Amino acid sequence: MALMLTDEQTQLRDSVRDFLSEQSPVAALRQLRDSADASGFSRPLWARFAEMGYCGMLVPEAHGGLGLGHVEAGVVMEQIGRQLCASPLLASGIVASTALKLAGSAAQQAAWLPRLAAAQAIATLAVDERAKHRPQALATSARAEGSGWVLDGAKTLVLDGHVADLFIVAAALPSGATGLFLLPAGTRGLAVERTVMVDAHNAARLQLQAVQLGADALLGKPEAGAATLDATLAAGRCAAAAELLGLADEVFARTLDYIKQRRQFGKLIGEFQGLQHRAAVLYADLEISRAALLQAQQALDADLHTAAASTKAAVAVAKARAGRTATTAVQEGVQMHGGMGMTDAFDIGFFMKRARVLQELWGDSHFHADAFATHQGY
Amino acid sequence: MATPTAADAAVGAADASPELAEFRAQTRAWLLANCPPEMRQPMASEDEVCWGGRKFHFHSPAQQLWLQRMAERGWTVPTWPRAYGGAGLSGQQAKVLAQELRALNCRSPLNSFGIWMLGPALLQFGTEAQKLEHLPPIACGEIRWCQGYSEPNAGSDLASLATRAEDRGDHFVVNGQKIWTSYADKADWIFCLVRTDTASKHNGISFVLFDMASPGVRTQPIALISGASPFCETFFDDVRVDKRNLVGGLNKGWDVAKVLLGHERAMIGSIGDRAAAKPLGQQAAAAIGLDAQGRLADPLLRAQIAEFECDEAAFRAMMERAGDLSRGKQAHPGLPSMLKYYGAELNKRRWELLMAVYGADALEWDSDRSRHGDRARTWLRTKANSIEGGTSEVQLNIVAKRILELPGV
Repeated sequence: MALMLTDEQTQLRDSVRDFLSEQSPVAALRQLRDSADASGFSRPLWARFAEMGYCGMLVPEAHGGLGLGHVEAGVVMEQIGRQLCASPLLASGIVASTALKLAGSAAQQAAWLPRLAAAQAIATLAVDERAKHRPQALATSARAEGSGWVLDGAKTLVLDGHVADLFIVAAALPSGATGLFLLPAGTRGLAVERTVMVDAHNAARLQLQAVQLGADALLGKPEAGAATLDATLAAGRCAAAAELLGLADEVFARTLDYIKQRRQFGKLIGEFQGLQHRAAVLYADLEISRAALLQAQQALDADLHTAAASTKAAVAVAKARAGRTATTAVQEGVQMHGGMGMTDAFDIGFFMKRARVLQELWGDSHFHADAFATHQGY
Repeated sequence: MATPTAADAAVGAADASPELAEFRAQTRAWLLANCPPEMRQPMASEDEVCWGGRKFHFHSPAQQLWLQRMAERGWTVPTWPRAYGGAGLSGQQAKVLAQELRALNCRSPLNSFGIWMLGPALLQFGTEAQKLEHLPPIACGEIRWCQGYSEPNAGSDLASLATRAEDRGDHFVVNGQKIWTSYADKADWIFCLVRTDTASKHNGISFVLFDMASPGVRTQPIALISGASPFCETFFDDVRVDKRNLVGGLNKGWDVAKVLLGHERAMIGSIGDRAAAKPLGQQAAAAIGLDAQGRLADPLLRAQIAEFECDEAAFRAMMERAGDLSRGKQAHPGLPSMLKYYGAELNKRRWELLMAVYGADALEWDSDRSRHGDRARTWLRTKANSIEGGTSEVQLNIVAKRILELPGV
């Protein structure tokens, strides 16, 4: 398969770009932040997402989705990155949908997937517990009691947790295996605290105290929980990498425009080789990271269920590179905009803040370089 | 011996059409039957590369046989038309062939500036007679070519070159000097930029071909920091060049040169994609050892290698994508400059890390144990990667101006 978008994927990109640049430019995020919006995203826009099919992109057609793949999901996420559009798409439409699609029972899928695709419900994964992403070392525990389960622990960086209807909670089972549990909002023993984040996007902390769940709350078989979590995270990491590259592209475009207009010393500052070479290096990094991402997305589409070592390695490379490249892009963006780049009135700082969150999300560049090395046997 | 893995099978499963999948199966079967086992072992050193040409001595019968078989099939130049020694494969088929060669660890049957650089330029600019005369001997490794571009006073500013070609009716007489001519002493023919008009800089350059055995041609190898002499000074003293060997028209040589430089840059860039015999991290694990957690017992070096290998894997994807974009006519003409810049810098990083991995063992210069300082010499050789074919700085200038359209000269 060629490492290029197909004609259909290019059309999808163009239509999402047109839609989002009109419906949700960066000014919309500023407005949400400045008004301290209660949900932190636009519900009317979210309903439009469902109409456009974005929410159910990865959901099988039988459950009301489009049944598309991770390349298409990435195409949408890139445009979301370009406009810094706040929405539960990443948490609900991509990550939670993937977990349910991969491991859900017929009843679980029928109960949730059509509602997620229609934006009638929001679901989110609750995996992180500490400052750093360590999905293999979970302190949240689940023990069998009666015919059901009891969960105890705490979660952090739960995307859109304050508006979620369903949490997919990763917990350690007494056997040492990882269990994924469907935990509806409002369940007794669950406390949700909205955490307003640096990027004006949405997350929450969860406290779970003797949360009682039925036997049917377990997603898939206990022995497959870790593999399901892995594959689910792989989908999330690819989508986050796509959002990172989208925002990096946008920052780069804005920065190029700026250095082609700003004059100092009687010259356009873009004439200075000191800036030209840095811009050219950044261009190379962006293009190379894009190739790595497309390769990872195609690998996921060919192989999400088994998640072969080569697929995991491709995802690790994509997320590591996207995090590093976007970090460089936003730093160069602020620097090359000079004092303007430091002002809140100027949009560029919003990109830097969002890049920081996405870099950290589901493993930063160090986490993924480490994972890559481990896969390679050193 | 590496065997096809599940990942390779997945590549096959993703073929765009049943015909392509069938082509892959046939290709693999043919390679398995026809690639001598010795030619599927990693090379011990650069000395084992097959360059072909009148002066070349094969290192083994297997090397000669492998070249013969691949050339007969047209697979040394798979996308060239059959009439010129190629196999007329589509871009997609050629990509499959390259993937299968890689999957089976087959060595390159023939490394050649004729294949990488002159051939594509001749296909675009050559007359039918020039193609028929020069392309088939390139394809089968009979004639080895070198490139006469740089001069002592025309390096990064190549278009200021001064080697003169005087018009004498049916032929030119060439006088002047080239420098950094790779393997001039081993080559049979040269493709050369010469000045045919002094009134105009870029529009006074012509592209000519001539035999290095012509009277008046002299080469002098230049000893480098690696101890090797891959580059030469080349002197021309009243060298007669028949006018039928002018390519692309009088004073139109810069157009040919630019296209050819693109091919040269793609070639040098691809060294960033040419994985070492064994991945760097695995070499490090074998040389340095692992700690109790199974991690390289040098944590800071491990971190650098991991970052390098992520970049290497990403660059490999980029090279594949560049080929796809080029086949789909979507590649920016400046893209080879980006690939050249990144590939050259990546290869330099690779060899800095390899030197750190092998430590004191990599420092021996003369012993048999070190294969006469092979590692140290290769490490030093890589320093030229970001100079030859246009420096990294020149590539970044090109990206800035042509791709990013930044202002200035």
